[in-house]
Amino acid sequence: MSANTLDPYADRYAQRTGGMTASEIRALFAVANRPEVISLAGGMPYTTALPLDAVGALMGQLVAHNGTAALQYGSGQGDPRLRERICEVMALEKITSSPDDVVVTVGSQQALDIVSRVFLDPGDVVLAEGPSYVGALGTFAAAQAEVVHLPMDSDGLVPAVLEETLQRLGRAGRRAKFLYTVPTFHNPAGVTLSLARRPEVLALAERHDLLVLEDNPYGLLGFDGEPLPALRSLSESRVIYLGSFSKTFAPGLRVGWVLAPHAVREKLVLVSESQVLCPPTFNQLAVAEYLETQPWLEQVKVFRELYRERRDAMLEALSSLMPTGCTWTHPHGGFYVWLTLPEGVDGKVMQPRAIHARVAYVPGTGFYADNNGRREMRLSYCYPEPDRIREGIRRLAGVVEEELDLQKTFLPRDRTGTIRRTATSADAPAPDLT
Amino acid sequence: MSAALTGPALGADLVPQPSELTVVVLAGGLDFEREVSLRSGRRVTDALRAAGVTTRLLDADADLLGRLTDEQPDAVFVALHGEAGEDGALRTVLELLDVPYVGATATACRVAWDKPNAKSAVRAAGLLTPDWVALPHSTFRELGAVAVLDRIVARLGAPLMVKPAQGGSALGAQQIQDADELPAAMVSCFSYGETVLIEPFVAGVEVAVTVVDLGSGPQALPAVEIVPFSGVFDYASRYTAGTTTYHTPARLAPDVSAAVADVAVRAHTVLGLRDLSRTDAIVTPDGAVQFLEVNVAPGMTETSLLPMATEAAGLDLGEVCLAMLCQAAARR
Repeated sequence: MSANTLDPYADRYAQRTGGMTASEIRALFAVANRPEVISLAGGMPYTTALPLDAVGALMGQLVAHNGTAALQYGSGQGDPRLRERICEVMALEKITSSPDDVVVTVGSQQALDIVSRVFLDPGDVVLAEGPSYVGALGTFAAAQAEVVHLPMDSDGLVPAVLEETLQRLGRAGRRAKFLYTVPTFHNPAGVTLSLARRPEVLALAERHDLLVLEDNPYGLLGFDGEPLPALRSLSESRVIYLGSFSKTFAPGLRVGWVLAPHAVREKLVLVSESQVLCPPTFNQLAVAEYLETQPWLEQVKVFRELYRERRDAMLEALSSLMPTGCTWTHPHGGFYVWLTLPEGVDGKVMQPRAIHARVAYVPGTGFYADNNGRREMRLSYCYPEPDRIREGIRRLAGVVEEELDLQKTFLPRDRTGTIRRTATSADAPAPDLT
Repeated sequence: MSAALTGPALGADLVPQPSELTVVVLAGGLDFEREVSLRSGRRVTDALRAAGVTTRLLDADADLLGRLTDEQPDAVFVALHGEAGEDGALRTVLELLDVPYVGATATACRVAWDKPNAKSAVRAAGLLTPDWVALPHSTFRELGAVAVLDRIVARLGAPLMVKPAQGGSALGAQQIQDADELPAAMVSCFSYGETVLIEPFVAGVEVAVTVVDLGSGPQALPAVEIVPFSGVFDYASRYTAGTTTYHTPARLAPDVSAAVADVAVRAHTVLGLRDLSRTDAIVTPDGAVQFLEVNVAPGMTETSLLPMATEAAGLDLGEVCLAMLCQAAARR
């Protein structure tokens, strides 16, 4: 006779693996990869629009003319030439910076991780918008930090809420290690911190000695006018800035960066070296070549127009098709619309019905560390073409109607019930979901 | 009563040698269990290749019919779980194509796949199964959910199990402790399907019994006893290594063990199943065996129950699959 848990390593795992279980919700996402399903779930940039021939030629020449260096180890801080180009990119959002303060990372996800390793001990408090980027929440969870969410309105973070939270923490003898924020074209909420609020948030940070971690992958993908000034452009000492080429060029290259004050930067480099030795040299040089030899800002313009058309298609379809009681944000850039369902409708519980109707979204619970977001969902318009977006919303509207019908049958207002499902970090899809 | 099958009982003559067979393993599909199915399919494919069989792993998509027509496999192993592989529809198509496959016929699947139908059939044959009520949403909407649910609770009591009438991997299944939790559980469960099955929660030893027929009639492999750490064998407990203890064979007295094997073989026979099945049952403290449901395309993943039972019987998974494929090919 044998007794087996199928995991002989169970008594060796770190505590942080505690929530890493198979997820019913994640299993449903597996279906979303099939072409029959219109996926409004994943946040995949539309790489089809890239000048692939030019990129291919550029990479070929990189190997032919500079292959020895491109295929060799590089600096742990990142290629100096690329760091110069990165400073030029940041200047578009009014950031003044030195290449010496830039650390190139394996996507900005690694930047999140090294910042967390430098600043967070288990039990530390991190402030984050509610909802917040799922990849950041996963990183903070791995660091065993406690995330305190800050609700937003249509202008992003609410300074009064931030202040009240800081005061409350202070009264409890606690101090947030930093505020994590995606101020521009928020993932997943689709809102933007208004120009007026930006200095207010930084003034509060100054008053309460709060560090700000600004994550800005979408800043150049605005649909209206010039890029907004980054928070980092308003404060050099209070803000650590994360940037990425995943949305403006190619996510597959995994090139991002962190801009940090000197003292922090030194530690970030050491942590990064212990993780990856150096960011991929070939990819860094390819990005540098792309920025130097290709009309990359024109390409960003192509992306902007394309995403604007898809945003319009989604908003129009939502307006004309969604049942009464649904509300949603109106993004001015980026990839996402955040939808709130009618009272009582649970986006996570509803998901199997949606998959059956061949439409996928990400339930809101994945974007909170505290199991909130049951009435919410993230809809992405970046990847499907406009006709598919309209059809996807039509299907989603039907699913919500059916769910409302169920609610009416089983949960009339005079009866209450709790739908029991526990959120885990696995409630969000893998990054390659379309 | 049927005794549990073990390695020596299988007999060397029933374990085929690697042959010239060309087989297709079907996995994936569009069901909620797609991910589980893909993992099952890969495991079966690896096991068959290790046994020397030329094996292709195909998804059930728009290209499937063309590929089956082109490749003309000797037999198909259906590792599709959920509606795609177990409701009989895809098997009907395989029959239309004259492609032999491992497992129950389309006709038998239609009964076994539907839990209320399967329970009716096994109860009619004299097996024990918990009482149940299975109703579509429309009934509750038209007659009033409160009144109908009240009658259900009055009849079945509490705690209860609420699950989709069709489907596997415990997707949508919930255990509720009292009547107040029932409406929300119904909303959640109806998201998975049109009909919900409600039955009393039966406490006892949870077992899964694999039945295989390798040419000499259906025989039970050693029962696997399931002890989830959380107390509920839900999706996470099924597919996360280290969250459930499996005892193989189950820690049952010899007579109870034989009774469990007998229930699984009789369910297999009564439902007209073929080649393989897995019966899930509860052994109550008094030793009674309560049939819960049967799976016509059991999971084959790293944490699935059929491979554990195969190993406990001293059999090689690839050789067992190969034997069933040989049988299927001979049916052409």
